[in-house]
Amino acid sequence: MGKRIYKTIDGNEAVATVAFKTNEVIAIYPITPSSPMGELSDAWAAARKPNIWGTIPTVIEMQSEGGASGAVHGSLQGGALTTTFTSSQGLLLMIPNMYKIAGELTSTVFHVAARTVATHALSIFCDHSDVMATRQTGFALLASASVQEAMDFALIAQAATLEARVPFLHFFDGFRTSHEVSKIEVLTDDQMRAMLNEELIMEHRMRALSPDHPVLRGSAQNPDVFFQARETINPYYAACPDITQKAMDKFAEITGRRYRLFEYFGAPDAERVVILMASGAETAHETVEHLLNAGEKVGVLKVRLYRPFSTKHFMEALPATVKSIAVLDRTKEPGSVGEPLYLDVVNALREGLEAGLGELKDMPTVVGGRYGLSSKEFTPAMVKAVFDNLNQETPKNHFTVGIFDDVTKTSLEFDPEFSTEADDVYRALFYGLGSDGTVSANKNSIKIIGENTDFWAQGYFVYDSKKAGAVTVSHLRFGPRRIRSTYLISRANFVACHQPSFLERFDMLEHIVEGGTFLLNSPYDPDDVWDHLPREFQEHIINKKLKFYVINAFKVARESGMGGRINTVMQVCFFAISGILPREEAIAQIKQAIRDTYGRKGEEIVQMNLQAVDRALSHLHEVKVPSQITSKIHMRPPVPDQAPEFVKDVTAMMIAGKGDDLPVSKMPVDGTFPTGTAQWEKRNLALEIPVWDPDICIQCGKCAMVCPHATIRIKVYDETYLENAPATFKAVDVRDKEWKGMKYTIQVAPEDCTGCALCVEVCPARNKQEPRLKALNMEPQPPLREQEAENWDFFLSIPELDRRQIKNGTIRQQQVQQPLFEFSGACSGCGETPYVKLMSQLFGDRAIVANATGCSSIYGGNLPTTPWTVNQDGLGPAWSNSLFEDNAEFGLGIRLAVNKQKEVAEYLLKKLSTDIGQELVERILTNEQLDEPSIFEQRQYVAKLKKKLETLKSDDARRLMQLADYLVRKSVWIIGGDGWAYDIGFGGLDHVLASGHDVNILVLDTEVYSNTGGQTSKATPLGAIAKFSAGGKPTPKKDLGLIAMSYGNVYVAAVAMGAKDEHTLKAFLEAEAYRGPSLILAYSHCIAHGYNLRYGLQNQKLAVDSGQWLLYRYHPERARTGENPLILDSRAPKIPIEEYLMKETRFKMLTKINPDEAKKLFSMAQENVIKRYNYYKYLASLKLEEGNGKLERKKLMTPTK
Amino acid sequence: MDLSTTYLGLKLRTPLVVSASPLSEETENIKRMEDAGASAVVMHSLFEEQIRHDKLELAHHTTYTKDSFAEALDFFPEPEEFNVGPEEYLEHIRKAKESVNIPVIGSLNGATVGGWVEYAKLIQEAGADALELNIYFIPTNLDMLGAEVEQKYLEILKAVKTEVNIPVAVKLSPFFSNLANMAKQLVQAGANGLVLFNRFYQPDLDVEELEIKPSILLSTPQALRLPMRWIAILYGRIQADLAASGGIHKATDVIKMLMVGAKATLLCSVLLRYGIDYIRVIEEGVVQWMAEHEYESVEQMQGSMSQLKCPDPSAFERAQYMRALQSYKPAHEL
Repeated sequence: MGKRIYKTIDGNEAVATVAFKTNEVIAIYPITPSSPMGELSDAWAAARKPNIWGTIPTVIEMQSEGGASGAVHGSLQGGALTTTFTSSQGLLLMIPNMYKIAGELTSTVFHVAARTVATHALSIFCDHSDVMATRQTGFALLASASVQEAMDFALIAQAATLEARVPFLHFFDGFRTSHEVSKIEVLTDDQMRAMLNEELIMEHRMRALSPDHPVLRGSAQNPDVFFQARETINPYYAACPDITQKAMDKFAEITGRRYRLFEYFGAPDAERVVILMASGAETAHETVEHLLNAGEKVGVLKVRLYRPFSTKHFMEALPATVKSIAVLDRTKEPGSVGEPLYLDVVNALREGLEAGLGELKDMPTVVGGRYGLSSKEFTPAMVKAVFDNLNQETPKNHFTVGIFDDVTKTSLEFDPEFSTEADDVYRALFYGLGSDGTVSANKNSIKIIGENTDFWAQGYFVYDSKKAGAVTVSHLRFGPRRIRSTYLISRANFVACHQPSFLERFDMLEHIVEGGTFLLNSPYDPDDVWDHLPREFQEHIINKKLKFYVINAFKVARESGMGGRINTVMQVCFFAISGILPREEAIAQIKQAIRDTYGRKGEEIVQMNLQAVDRALSHLHEVKVPSQITSKIHMRPPVPDQAPEFVKDVTAMMIAGKGDDLPVSKMPVDGTFPTGTAQWEKRNLALEIPVWDPDICIQCGKCAMVCPHATIRIKVYDETYLENAPATFKAVDVRDKEWKGMKYTIQVAPEDCTGCALCVEVCPARNKQEPRLKALNMEPQPPLREQEAENWDFFLSIPELDRRQIKNGTIRQQQVQQPLFEFSGACSGCGETPYVKLMSQLFGDRAIVANATGCSSIYGGNLPTTPWTVNQDGLGPAWSNSLFEDNAEFGLGIRLAVNKQKEVAEYLLKKLSTDIGQELVERILTNEQLDEPSIFEQRQYVAKLKKKLETLKSDDARRLMQLADYLVRKSVWIIGGDGWAYDIGFGGLDHVLASGHDVNILVLDTEVYSNTGGQTSKATPLGAIAKFSAGGKPTPKKDLGLIAMSYGNVYVAAVAMGAKDEHTLKAFLEAEAYRGPSLILAYSHCIAHGYNLRYGLQNQKLAVDSGQWLLYRYHPERARTGENPLILDSRAPKIPIEEYLMKETRFKMLTKINPDEAKKLFSMAQENVIKRYNYYKYLASLKLEEGNGKLERKKLMTPTK
Repeated sequence: MDLSTTYLGLKLRTPLVVSASPLSEETENIKRMEDAGASAVVMHSLFEEQIRHDKLELAHHTTYTKDSFAEALDFFPEPEEFNVGPEEYLEHIRKAKESVNIPVIGSLNGATVGGWVEYAKLIQEAGADALELNIYFIPTNLDMLGAEVEQKYLEILKAVKTEVNIPVAVKLSPFFSNLANMAKQLVQAGANGLVLFNRFYQPDLDVEELEIKPSILLSTPQALRLPMRWIAILYGRIQADLAASGGIHKATDVIKMLMVGAKATLLCSVLLRYGIDYIRVIEEGVVQWMAEHEYESVEQMQGSMSQLKCPDPSAFERAQYMRALQSYKPAHEL
């Protein structure tokens, strides 16, 4: 058996280790939460790590999961041991190939981190809806319940598939298992080798397609034989369960860890049994253990091999005494008799009893229920509720557990106070920011404890749905036994708050036990800190008799040269206070971990962290807790009182972290939500905000244009509105002559600003006496917050300028338009959102947005709130996200529907023209609506029309009434990132471009898959380091614009706001005005580029100056008048490309990893840039002959002699 | 005619040494320098800030966004190995040594005592024949005393000297209260040579944008007066080789520097302006001048016009300044 090796790793790493070691080809596509498996494999391959046979697996990223599964299928047919990793929609895209792979009896294992399939909403979290959708494919389905099992079953599946020839889908719960860090016993190469039978591998290879022994596979069959051929596989499926059990038995011999296809745990004479699979089974196990101690006759049956379902093994696993069974499904199948596992159990019992299998004699009562959709908590209290339900005379069937269903009353009640947490398990909660390193430090702590003590350790991390100021909550458990608690901590011994600003937002001590410990990072001294706590915290501390420690971690980190990275400091405090390890030993371990983690990044980094360790201890103080609650500060309500009902009732609950308490009746039935909700969620993220100096300001509007969060706004208004202005409200005379006599204000939303400082960077106006100052300067937020919040409210009360008075062709005027996209959850300094916002200002009041899945769908549509909003008339963008891969088609569909409804409206208009009045009808039909005044006019005509229609009683009039608004021109926007446009959605995008329909496609090109963590896309430039291009991307970026131009009737523009903002504006206006397909490629800086985004605009400019990003517009209408449609708006490259590349970590890193390769790729990049520029210059300089090529065609058609 | 000289214990064919400049970033150029007659080459500088900054920057950008988002636990692949040190620079020295026979002098540029001085040793291990330590420090702290500044220089030098056993020359600025004393102290602290002087990069203003603009100015022929004076003053009074840097653009400039006592004359701006092959033109000029004036060797010339040996030692001091001003007559009447 060899020496046991323990490691603390997460489920993804555990599985990927086995998959990488036991395969030769790995084809993948990134999707949460399975992406890390592909990334790890790629990193190991890049580091030239071999598999157990000594060669390095080939890892390839494909353009979609459909592509990945095709490549897997091909590679299997080619005879290589091949695997893939995926989740959710990705798995659904693999289904066609899964049928093929299974139909051809091909040995492979797909590893799936199970994730919810998008229905009324997308969810990145876990349930089994994806796995359940593959039941019919013929894949074996094997479920693991923990990180240990995930590693073990990955190998068992690999061994079983080779023998059974049935392909395996090995799944484990997304996030709960894939991202849980846990101490496990890891498999060695020898153990893996011992499990896999070489003969079977050779047989697998023998079945490969080869011209040396050619066969034909994948024929087309007819009614005469298809059916019979399909039945040939039955013996293989019949044998599969025994083969799998045999593999499990062999595994037990090798490792000592024994598994069964159906594993029963509980009283041998149990009367009530719960049946379920994956991570929930661990919590059920823990609960059963607890109930057994209380003398209850209960048990849990864990389903491991769900397909092929072995009735025999199932029946044999059940005790003879069982009277009632509850089957729990982590999926929902609307309209079915019951969920899949439930139906299988019912049927297996019926057939099993009939066949006399097992010891059970009578059919027990069986009920089914749903739990845990989208990672809904599944706790011992819920398991107990399920058992309690079985105690009822008529247990509730088709129940739900974990929610309150007040609509169809399916839910079981549970007692949230019920707990099975043992006293000897140490439970700690840490509230931090993503950027302060809290999670990284905790992962480190788990490793230290897991790998240096006999304690078992578990870490689970809850992340924010926002990107800017992302909050993380770490749940850590340490205990003397294996930890099966697959649910969040609700009884903590220790709570740490790493950010003092959380005190007003989160009730962090709600879940601390009496006598627990609270550690606070605070700028205040131990003597002063008490008075700065909100009342609620003082109450908790006194009432629960908490120990209270404080440290100024910011100060310690700053003094150690670590900036805002307080991870090491807080980690030291945790160890110092918790006493899990002797203090000296803990410190020594932390220091060793620092050397291990940062060693390769340089001694300076190591020293900085070591210094922080030593300083932390001397700055940690216990606070003497007073006996009186004295604070006058209260936690802030999640939303203000004046918020709309829905926001107060529903949204506020989610903001406060109490979304779990919302009953079914509060949720919209079809996933439809009101817009305009982000304004109610005041997050106060900025440490500093811009302050306007009106005397210096030249009123150019650039600051408002680049603001990613629409928190800096401009208004031009009549002086009379200033009457009740707050004392500090700033207003000056407007400089624009066309608005002479009016007032001008730039106002910042202090509580929504994220402090990115892009506005300050772009501001061109300097103070002449003190040029370090501009018209905007960053100043600390807290002292300004109240005053500016009042100013902001007042600013909002000033009416927007009539859109007819705004010439939207120049930024200084255009930026007065109201943004209808505000306060999104995008990263501070995001490079995408300024483009989205610009679109919303220009066309938002008549726009419909189809949004591809990705960053923009997350910051645009992730609950609790949405940044999409409405103007004072209630008009604004309507928004939807269909999928990742289909966004162009989705948007086209919207266009078709809009056109159709407009067509019907026009038809009715004509039909009713005598009743309505010929003149009005004529005006409506002939208005081209090319600019804001004519659109305004059209709205007025339509209002008039509606008034008229009110007086008409016919059905046609009613129909027209409903459709009349379609007579105002609608703007359809198809928005997404480069991963969508260049890769997974390219086929559809191409088709939509070719369709000729009037849609506007905005590609937010960050040149990498940003949302899933920086994987290479075909937009990734040459030489950039990204995941799957660890050695620098060796091929150039795909020229999507050029491809689109080849259609001739597509408007194409490549823009970079930071390089030439007026050009961006012009392109947006032209694209929208063009009555055919338009494509805007918008260069978007991104945190995945690795630099301070404050300089995002400068880098955009460098990208353009170096020729890396070309600015151009291709306007098909120019061709009609004989002009060359292509206008190259970039000048010749004027700086060497390296000057730009070295400003971004994604390129610079290559010089640190492989300087020779960097030199080579950078010089290739330089060459490409020049070539590409010259090519575009050549294209743009071509003279078109009159008639747009007609002459040419004529010439061509003249036969030559 | 014997053009040879000894600098930092290295026997050089001529005193014409190529100074640290971007030209030496390419191995091909170093070969061309040798072909054009350079007797040694000082490599382009490895900067303390570069070493330190690159590490911090990389660590920051690869960790700052780590473990922040559920869907993106990080944004960059984590390579097994980072070349965060000056590996590329060291590799370059190795390659230079392989491709030429003339001595290769490493150049390390810094202003504080820190981990970076360890790279001196690596430069030595990479094969450098000597090291030029360019201490580039602009004191802006009003409370810092001159003595503290001097101490800083000495500490850096001592730290580097403990790392290496190849000769070390210190390239320093002229901005000391008593440069002669500073020179003496540096020699006592172990400097084998002094390079007079480094030129501080002087920023320029963009009056349109109201911004400070970085811009590099090449040296002018007038610049040689300053090092010439100080070499003349120091020659024979300290036990270290003196090298002249700044403003050496033609053969007579070389002659002048040798006469005041330089062991080596460092060429930079002139090569950036006229190309590497210009070394040959200068050498030919030196040979021609020496032949015309019947000098047999460089050695014969070295130090002949230093303050110790020249006919009018006061010419290097204030008395001569007074006379110089009084004798100046503008071309037209004021």
